[in-house]
Amino acid sequence: MALSGVEIFKLLPKTNCKKCGAPTCLAFAMKLAQRQASIDSCPDVSEEAKQKLGEASAPPIRPITLGAGDKAVKMGEETVLFRHDKKFVNPCAFAVEVKDTLSEDEIAKLCQQVIESEIDRVGQKLRVDAIMISNVSGDAGKLEAAAKVVAAKAAVVPVIISTTNPQAAEAAVKLFSDKKPIIYGANASNVEAMAAVAKANKATLGIAANGLDELSDLTEKVKGLGVEDMVIDSGARRAKDIIAHNTLIRRAAIKKGVKSVGYPVINFMQHGDSLVEGLLASVGIAKYASIIVVSSIEKWKNLALFTLRQNIYTDPQVPMQVEQKIYNIGEPTPESPLFITTNFSLTYFIVSGEIENSKVASRLAVMDCEGLSVLTAWAAGKFTASKIAQFIQDSGVEKDVANKELILPGYVAILSGAVEEKLPGWKITVGPREANAIPTFLKTR
Amino acid sequence: MAFTAPKETYSGRVYPVTIGTGEKAVTFGGENVLPFHSFEGETPNRPVIAIEIQDVPPADWPENVKKTYEPVSGDPVTWAKFCQDELKAKAIALRLVGTHPDRENRSPEEAVKTVKDVLAAVQVPVIILGSNHAEKDTSVLVAVAEAAKDRNCIIGKAQEANYKTIAAAAMANNHKLIAMSELDINLSKQLNILISQMGFDKEKVITDPMCSALGYGLEYTYSVMERIRLAALTQNDVTMQQPLLGDVGMYVWKVKETSASEADLPQWGAAEERGIAWEAETAGALLIAGAELLIMRHPKAIAAVETLIDELV
Ligand code: B12
Ligand code: SF4
Repeated sequence: MALSGVEIFKLLPKTNCKKCGAPTCLAFAMKLAQRQASIDSCPDVSEEAKQKLGEASAPPIRPITLGAGDKAVKMGEETVLFRHDKKFVNPCAFAVEVKDTLSEDEIAKLCQQVIESEIDRVGQKLRVDAIMISNVSGDAGKLEAAAKVVAAKAAVVPVIISTTNPQAAEAAVKLFSDKKPIIYGANASNVEAMAAVAKANKATLGIAANGLDELSDLTEKVKGLGVEDMVIDSGARRAKDIIAHNTLIRRAAIKKGVKSVGYPVINFMQHGDSLVEGLLASVGIAKYASIIVVSSIEKWKNLALFTLRQNIYTDPQVPMQVEQKIYNIGEPTPESPLFITTNFSLTYFIVSGEIENSKVASRLAVMDCEGLSVLTAWAAGKFTASKIAQFIQDSGVEKDVANKELILPGYVAILSGAVEEKLPGWKITVGPREANAIPTFLKTR
Repeated sequence: MAFTAPKETYSGRVYPVTIGTGEKAVTFGGENVLPFHSFEGETPNRPVIAIEIQDVPPADWPENVKKTYEPVSGDPVTWAKFCQDELKAKAIALRLVGTHPDRENRSPEEAVKTVKDVLAAVQVPVIILGSNHAEKDTSVLVAVAEAAKDRNCIIGKAQEANYKTIAAAAMANNHKLIAMSELDINLSKQLNILISQMGFDKEKVITDPMCSALGYGLEYTYSVMERIRLAALTQNDVTMQQPLLGDVGMYVWKVKETSASEADLPQWGAAEERGIAWEAETAGALLIAGAELLIMRHPKAIAAVETLIDELV
């Protein structure tokens, strides 16, 4: 739990020497409490105080990184229970299970699917984030063989190694040294040995508990053994229990400062029916999972899950927006059409996508409306005739176009007369309502 | 170290609402905890999914959902019976979209005939929806509310612009009422207050905070629902304790992801599965946010969401 200013003050030297830049130790303590200063600014503070402060100021859910390089995934660091309170921080990772009973070809194929899973949506690159190699065979040699295929075919993809056998874990994890893999499977009967493997290989340890009490016991034990990076599984498998456990864990960590469950949660959503699997995953996305393990990654399912994750993890205060400017699509000439829209990311990406589809080089004037969609911006008085006219004039686009024609979104057809009045010499054309009619609209002009 | 579960007790409760009559009546709502939090309170009723049908053939629906109803959707009565008997619908939502002035512009009398025929053919509860044209809905919904008298239907949707007439018609004929506002918790609260000031029983209202599809503003609906539930439960706000409606199908089956072909967008994968998943995921997210009543279209999406509900209760 965060300490108050007064509690922090008690840990400081109380000499008021001002070396930290603050007039008094108390003033400095207040700054620390509000996270406006770093304890390092006080040269005289004791090591013990530093450690206490460090512990107290640690985020309630420990930040963990899975993998290394461009494709590394950050997890944890969440601060709230409900997204309307504050943006959820680190989007959950999707991992696909690769069983070590599969043939080399099948494993290679799955690796390829993971690598090709990346798509662009509303300006973000989204993908299946990780591979979980699971020791369902129970044979250490098979796990290692499967891990070798993954290491070769999907070298950049973060990896989770799932086994309860410390020797098997050890052999497999060596293939991913320096890549921050997770070894999942520390339980009551193997915890010492698994912790030793994780520690020796700088891996994160996945706790496989049977219930919340045992989970809390195991994380304490693992921490005592010198491993700090953990992801946790309470053993919940039914959606009902997953909601219950994930909620209790998040509440305990954030509202009560319970350190023993202050780690990212891993949930297993594998189901024989891919559509149902996607629905189970939606429970994890909405309710506090940091890693969701699935059994298959069809493109249609990925798209739905990526989109839901993106929706849940957007900032509730600030809509996703793009920069106000005139965007060139293709290589426009002075004769190319000029469109206008608002700077809500979704609006921009849909409209620019459809213009691209039409294969007609164009200009798209994107006007700052605080990230609101066309109709919302219009209803809020931010996409009005005078503002549109002002923006077009200030943008200087006039000198780039031959025939001064501006195409308005169909939903604001009502504005066309007023815009024409305020932009002398311009012709205002009303475009279609839905962006997907733009290609036909351009063809039939 | 033993884990002390930080359970919460809530001061409020969502009203249980029963629709329909006889053996096929269904009840939703009634919980005194956040959605599916049976570990800390009571969740007596499961959410209900109503299957959507129309008074006119679904020419405006994308192929992938339209084709599942091909042999029956030419006539609302056959369509309704198919949903009840073959798909085992627990409720049916009849949308009178053909009454819209920009569509077939059907008269209130024609709507009355459709409603009577459908009600005569099925025993499951029926939700009767207008075309969402605020003005036309007043005349249409008043007429059909009377035609459906004492079948304990849900009539909708009452909006700020037309709630008085529609609420009065629902009240006079013993129906429940959907109150719809636009993605704003305060507007939703205000409409509920206005409706109860007319003498309408607040426990007969279903709140529709307005739906939006996955990828197209779902997060707004999601958060408004979560906030309404929290106000109902933690602040015991009696104007926010109505069950919530997610009118999913109509919003989902008009976005590009539910209609674009795989040939056009290979990176989006199989079109049919994609459309079904889009509807199912939208519905799933809204259940987690607090919806107790869903209106959906695709039988496979509905079946998958029922499986999810089995797992959640
Ligand atoms: C999500 C949402 C919100 C969010 C804001 C989201 C955002 N970032 O904009 C919130 C909750 C904040 C909101 C608030 C309000 N909203 Co609002 N909102 C919506 C909702 C549900 C979806 C909007 C959306 O994201 N659409 C998706 C984007 C991509 O659509 P788009 O920008 O219009 O782009 C499409 C087309 O216009 C076209 N297009 C776009 N640009 C161009 C350009 C050209 C040249 C062409 C040809 C085509 C084209 O392509 C796109 C796809 O086809 C709509 C209802 C609905 N379901 O559509 C209501 C809606 C837009 N809101 C409405 C209203 C009234 C409001 C409020 C004033 C009311 C209130 N609740 O207080 C406030 C105003 C906000 C403010 N700051 O004051 C009304 C507008 C009514 C009207 N006709 O005037 C709507 C239509 C709801 C309704 N049915 O009444 N809203
Ligand atoms: S530097 Fe340290 S001891 Fe000196 S005033 Fe600042 S907090 Fe106090």
